[in-house]
Amino acid sequence: MRDYEAVIGLEVHVELKTASKIFCHSSTAFGGTQNTHVCPVCLGLPGTLPVLNRQVVEYGIKVALALNCEVARFCKFDRKHYFYPDLPKNYQISQYDLPLSYDGYLDYQTDDGRTHRCGIVRVHMEEDAGKLIHREGGKGSYALVDYNRTGVPLLEIVSAPDIRSAQAARAYLSELKTVIQYTGVSDCKMEEGSLRCDANVSVRPRGSDVLGTKTEIKNLNSFRAVEKALEFEIARQIEVCAAGGRVVPETRSWDEEKGITVSMRSKEEAHDYRYFPDPDLVPLVISPSWIERVRRELPELPAARRRRYQDEFGLSEYDARVLTAARETADYFEECVRQYPHPKVVANWVMGDLARLLNAAQVEIGECRVRPGGLAALLRLIDDGTISGKIAKGVLEEMFATGKEPQAVVAEKGLVQITDPKVLAPVVDRVLAANPGPVADYRQGKSKALGFLVGQVMKETRGKANPGLVNALLKEKLDQ
Amino acid sequence: MLTKDQVEHVALLARLALDEEEKERYTTQLAKILEYAAILNELDTADVPPTAHVLSLQNVFREDHVGPHLPPDAVVGNAPDKEDGFFKVPRII
Repeated sequence: MRDYEAVIGLEVHVELKTASKIFCHSSTAFGGTQNTHVCPVCLGLPGTLPVLNRQVVEYGIKVALALNCEVARFCKFDRKHYFYPDLPKNYQISQYDLPLSYDGYLDYQTDDGRTHRCGIVRVHMEEDAGKLIHREGGKGSYALVDYNRTGVPLLEIVSAPDIRSAQAARAYLSELKTVIQYTGVSDCKMEEGSLRCDANVSVRPRGSDVLGTKTEIKNLNSFRAVEKALEFEIARQIEVCAAGGRVVPETRSWDEEKGITVSMRSKEEAHDYRYFPDPDLVPLVISPSWIERVRRELPELPAARRRRYQDEFGLSEYDARVLTAARETADYFEECVRQYPHPKVVANWVMGDLARLLNAAQVEIGECRVRPGGLAALLRLIDDGTISGKIAKGVLEEMFATGKEPQAVVAEKGLVQITDPKVLAPVVDRVLAANPGPVADYRQGKSKALGFLVGQVMKETRGKANPGLVNALLKEKLDQ
Repeated sequence: MLTKDQVEHVALLARLALDEEEKERYTTQLAKILEYAAILNELDTADVPPTAHVLSLQNVFREDHVGPHLPPDAVVGNAPDKEDGFFKVPRII
């Protein structure tokens, strides 16, 4: 194993969040009754003409810039031919020799904390294909075709073969997803197919700079699948090579259940796509001013945001990474910090109690009923002594469930902290009287006993007593 | 010169079933067509930029809004076979 290294490149397809398709006015909405989001253009009926959706170009430029690519001044669309019923025209409109953009890179970090740079060969625009449903039944087998997805705009993002392990491939993909989500052009949901990934992989003796024969792996439907399939495929290829065999160039499919890749088809006949410029579409000329406008509108990208969280807010690298993993979380965090300028405290609540509630309820932070202002108000209630940190956790749960403001929850449930010594003194007396053992322990120098007594007072007051005050009152009595 | 192998390859890509006589005939005919088109190679195009499109148009766009869809009955109306609003096709894999 150690004598070989893997060479991996990923081809990622991202569905763009436009309202309408790339070359016609049909809806891009996910799902929908079969063949209801279609029109003569995306069905490829004779006599129709595709017309490019301007928003697709806008989004394409955005992603290209976010991935540090050169945007082409001049590009065009080509027809890629293959016979498969998911394409009504028998060709897919894509870009071949003059893509939208090229020569970029993406920096990403692996779990060991090391940063890697992966080249981006190209980002181009194309149309998505339809969906096939295979019906099994021996001789009666057939397929059903739904063209709703046909013509939904895609960006294809091709990485250079710069990735060296299955774990790194996963890390690259994860960073790519985060960057694209930040640009706001796609949901990047692997489970809905709005982010799809094919992997090209080969192995070679370590230290060699010659590329081995590669295979392409398809059907990678999750981040985990990408990593597991590559692990399997790398081991398989090394085994073939170590035994003196040759890797066959082919397309292989990941079988999630069995945890293996299986051969789908050999490469030779599949890859003669007979590209030529699509005469139905005119060339696209992108002016420098268009590119510059899009550049100015780019949001702060995750890497920059992570750095800023460390420099400006003094957060750890880990905290910065967790908070910026999704743009919505980072926006939420920052809005909260704007209203309650203690980043570390806010970070702990957002990554701790709030994240736990969101996870348990399977709610996205964008739909969370506790808004940043509400969380900020809650934290101020702790600071001004109205409630303890412990009570605040319960208040947050109530806010999460009901959408109420923290002040309202505290008032309704009578959770206001007891800060009046006159109210607390009788409770303290009761606790001391009921616990002669710990009292004696404390007086003999076992200071740990104090914690137990504080706990008892908190319990008696159902957590409402101000812990500092309880401490002070107990000590005063015990040290008398 | 075009070979019979190339004709067979193109026929396979185009999913055309040709018999031996047709392969021979198309090899000759296609070769003649290519030969004729090759006259263009005699032109000096050193100073002519590549033509991406025969029209001198560029940047024709539509705005991103959803328009009317085709009624479901019309979509599969002319399909040779259908089921529940899907196009039904022979097994693929």
